[in-house]
Amino acid sequence: MSVVIETPRSRKRPGFNLEKYGWMYMRLSGVLLVILIFGHLFANLMVGEGIHAINFAFVAGKWASPFWQVWDVTMLVLALIHGTNGMRTLVNDYAEVEWIRRTLVWLLWIVCATLIVIGILALTTFTPCGDASSISLLGKDGANVAALCPVK
Amino acid sequence: MANRPAGTLYRGKVGMWSWVLHRITGVAIFFFLLVHVLDTALVRIDPAGYDAVIATYKTWYIGLGETGLVAAILFHSLNGIRIILIDFWRKGAKFQNVMFWVVIGLAVLLFLGFAPRHLINVFSHI
Ligand code: HEM
Repeated sequence: MSVVIETPRSRKRPGFNLEKYGWMYMRLSGVLLVILIFGHLFANLMVGEGIHAINFAFVAGKWASPFWQVWDVTMLVLALIHGTNGMRTLVNDYAEVEWIRRTLVWLLWIVCATLIVIGILALTTFTPCGDASSISLLGKDGANVAALCPVK
Repeated sequence: MANRPAGTLYRGKVGMWSWVLHRITGVAIFFFLLVHVLDTALVRIDPAGYDAVIATYKTWYIGLGETGLVAAILFHSLNGIRIILIDFWRKGAKFQNVMFWVVIGLAVLLFLGFAPRHLINVFSHI
């Protein structure tokens, strides 16, 4: 059985339509996130020892490279806004009381903005050298990174 | 099938179940992401604390949870591409049903590539 779907006849409305850009954002960020998240999972869970290699030294090693810095910040921002906007759709669908709906949508964006700020701060101000205890955590795997740290 | 509603293109079919799955996986990934950004931020303020939290990721139960999370991400991302194709490709709506099964097939294939490796990493160290 084939189904014929009529071409929707939508009127052109003047003005800025935020929902339209939200809709486009979900698709654009989606395409980029496939690449970013698959690469992230592969590099962290499939290569070498996988989950067992992950610790402070592992992250210090990755964030020593601008490549992974840019990768991670892009993924952070795109995914949080995509996820938050998706959750907004659910809230709009299921919250029946207007003030509760509005509150939840506000809450979502506040959480989103907070996490973007925390995530960007963590990455941009990161230093493997922090203090003596973090240098010792670098261990032998992090020797290259530790070598960059000024002697205390 | 007396009590099946007549004349519906959508209810109870692939279109509906793919939407339900897309929604559930989207919410699950969202809540994981909230936690994941916070645990990763520990790397900046408390390196030893970070290692302690990541140690829990290496337990068998979180290891299994992580495997489920990857399954959810595989479905959500591939079905997301399907949604995009339905919206932008001229023949997208016509092939949405086939594309759903392609999504499932690809997700299973990628999952079979991932799960053994991850589970071996998890269970060989407990
Ligand atoms: C990996 C690549 C991803 C792709 C290709 C993708 C694609 C999509 C698409 C096309 C939509 C539908 C949007 C609409 O109908 O307007 C969507 C919805 C959604 N996505 Fe994603 N997404 C991805 C990753 C993520 C991530 C990482 C999260 C969580 C942080 C997430 C959470 C959601 C949520 C909560 C929804 C709303 C579901 C609904 O309205 O039923 N997605 N996604």
